Amino acid sequence: MAAVGLTEATAVAVAIADAADLIRVRQLLRAEALSAGLGLVDQTKLITAGSELARNILTYATGSRGTLQVEQVQDSGRRGVRATFSDQGPGIPDLDAALSDGFSTGGSLGLGLPGAGRLTDEMNVTSASGSGTTVVITKWAR
Amino acid sequence: MTGVVPIMQVGDTLLVSLQGDLDDATVIAVEEQLTREVARRGATGTLIDVSGLAVVDSFIARALARVVGMIRLLGSEAAIVGMRPAVAITLVELGVPMGKLDTALNAEQGMALLRRLRSDGSRRLD
Repeated sequence: MAAVGLTEATAVAVAIADAADLIRVRQLLRAEALSAGLGLVDQTKLITAGSELARNILTYATGSRGTLQVEQVQDSGRRGVRATFSDQGPGIPDLDAALSDGFSTGGSLGLGLPGAGRLTDEMNVTSASGSGTTVVITKWAR
Repeated sequence: MTGVVPIMQVGDTLLVSLQGDLDDATVIAVEEQLTREVARRGATGTLIDVSGLAVVDSFIARALARVVGMIRLLGSEAAIVGMRPAVAITLVELGVPMGKLDTALNAEQGMALLRRLRSDGSRRLD
């Protein structure tokens, strides 16, 4: 999926539907991290967190296409990147468990969601059984 | 069968260099190709150079740990070399358990590490 501009000039989005989209997710996050002035380590953390969250969509929201929307954000002079991963999948039945290290129903290490939280400055997860999941992460330039 | 990545051979050591943005299928294919080549060529050691990877997420990290395990199971040695500092910082924070892997700063130190591992069979017993 090519990146398409949304109504906000600074927001771009990619679809997350198959494994090839993971590459596009990483590329988009890298470009946005660079343009927000994130340092190399913070860029790497943001891209890695995004890769984990996009993979979660591919693993758990099967059959429903997910979306990543990325925007540049500013807060009292700080610049940063905010990435919103949303899907219309089955939702996360037990959010507390899913946010714990080592919990996985998908045969993985169970690090994706809690790890993405550690790698970013802010993470907000909303999920309801049957109506999908939205994860918003923010990384600020230092 | 043609491989997904070029594998260099130096003596009885194989050297594979991973580059760029790897998709999952490529990662799996490298795993299989490398394990097969170690057996086919009778390599006593393998260095997996990850200096060309700007991002290693938990899937790729797990694949790296898995291929090292496969190569050891064959009776050979393998080490991960050249990991970028930003990637190492990220993997530790992500929580990927990679402490049991043999690693070296670069290929040269990796060759020395493989020599030590070959002459010291004791690590296998722990």
